[in-house]
Amino acid sequence: MSASPPRLSPLGDSALLIVFGDRIDPALNRRAVALSNALADLPGVTDRVPAYASLTLHYDPGVWSHDGLVETVMPYLADEGGTALEDRHLLIPVCYGGEHGPDLDEVARHCGLAPDEVIARHSSGEYRVYFLGFTPGFAYLGGLDPDLATPRRAAPRSSVPAGAVGIAGEQTGVYPQTSPGGWRLIGRTPLRLFDPLREPPCLLAPGDRLRFVPIGPDEFESRLRGEAS
Amino acid sequence: MIRVEHPGLLSTLQDLGRPGCQHMGVTPGGAMDGYSAAIANALVGNPPAAAVLEMTLQGPRLSFERGAWVSLTGADLSAELDGRPLACWRPVWLPAGSRLGFGRPRLGCRAYLAVAGGFEVTAVLGSRSTDLRAGFGGLGGRPLGKGDVIKAGESTLALPDNPSRPCVPAWSAAWNRALPLECPARLRLIPGPDWQDLPDEDRRALETDAFRVGQASDRMGLRLEGPPLHPVSAAERLSAGVTFGTLQLPPDGQPILLGVDRQTTGGYPVLGTVASVDHPRLAQLRPGETVRFEPIPVERAQTLYRIRALQLRRLRTGLDLRWPLNSPSS
Repeated sequence: MSASPPRLSPLGDSALLIVFGDRIDPALNRRAVALSNALADLPGVTDRVPAYASLTLHYDPGVWSHDGLVETVMPYLADEGGTALEDRHLLIPVCYGGEHGPDLDEVARHCGLAPDEVIARHSSGEYRVYFLGFTPGFAYLGGLDPDLATPRRAAPRSSVPAGAVGIAGEQTGVYPQTSPGGWRLIGRTPLRLFDPLREPPCLLAPGDRLRFVPIGPDEFESRLRGEAS
Repeated sequence: MIRVEHPGLLSTLQDLGRPGCQHMGVTPGGAMDGYSAAIANALVGNPPAAAVLEMTLQGPRLSFERGAWVSLTGADLSAELDGRPLACWRPVWLPAGSRLGFGRPRLGCRAYLAVAGGFEVTAVLGSRSTDLRAGFGGLGGRPLGKGDVIKAGESTLALPDNPSRPCVPAWSAAWNRALPLECPARLRLIPGPDWQDLPDEDRRALETDAFRVGQASDRMGLRLEGPPLHPVSAAERLSAGVTFGTLQLPPDGQPILLGVDRQTTGGYPVLGTVASVDHPRLAQLRPGETVRFEPIPVERAQTLYRIRALQLRRLRTGLDLRWPLNSPSS
């Protein structure tokens, strides 16, 4: 299947929006990520922001005109992702249930599954990081088993700890920092997804593929201490 | 050393922001009115990237334990030095023991205080800007609080003849051509793909004076209130990149104008994005103010940007020539 040509439009006078399609599709996302990587050395472009099926380039209008940037980017658009970088595969340890996953039983009830089955299905899937957004380090993941889809809590929690793994509708995700939140929490990872003082600050990057690996509470505690030190 | 006696409504340390981090979901942030902030720095001989204090509507009360050259730009928040009106858009020497306060907000929304040497805080991800939502940068990711002490860096400027008295040079920055605060505000807009899908009456409403800035407005975005606009399309939107000045249309028909602390992506239809040259006016909008939009082509907006950048460079050069101030009162 030949892909439709990307649509380019100005997002104001200092950003260019490149849209590859209108659906959540790994192939479209791969093109956005590949183009972002291909343009990494373009001077005068301050930010390259991939999303589900688009790439936004933020640029200095003192360096580029809209037409000039479009002309420069055009030759790269013919590439339909054939030369994309190798996806990274990451394992995210998660302590499911108990105090770290207070909504696991509710999710199991909602889905008509045993809690262990929820864990088994959540940790057997492979997830794609489409992009980061919403808050620093938050990854929009694709690949949740549709049988695990559960609506948000009616009343959000005032504080969800960093590393909490949750389900909201057909999405699953990890809270990068402690914040209020309404997702159903099924577990928690000891990994720090975002730390502005670390290099690199983000554990995940667009295009990454990841799996969740169940760990016990003891391993959780020791790895949490390891991350903090 | 500057002691915070009262923090004001919302006072945060800001600089040029954190470009290069949006792919991580980190907003660029920075001074909302980057133009006024740049002039504040230029007035006291600071580099453009020095941190300034952004003050919103109700300014703070600050006491200066050491003498310092400072400058105030942006909104007119009725600045007072030891109870007497203080001139803005020019350098001012505050002797040790000075107390800087603010009264009624007269014009605009955000004022900027620069101190020679810049405010000293640790840079996070390359910037001293306060990211309030993510909770880092500036003073530990939070606004000024009562009792805070903020430090200024080393100043290279000459002291006035008599450092124990306030000193206000006779010259100031010619700023008002570039920051017109007249009402109603006119914001030039580069139309987005969804602009043409608006019914004529809705485009007319945006181009005349039908929308006011709502109370629920902050550095993340401004809520606009007016006749509900019609949804532009039933098609589902995928989240995609947005930027400072992007005009979004949520399902309730009341547009949102995104600020510097916006999220990096958004899923609402995009009507357009305000031209950079009008970002300072956007930043100075206060709740209740009327706003109208004027569609312009991107090429025109970029020409206006370059003219503005040139004006700012000229102004900087002119101000740099004023220093060192050996006898500033003459």
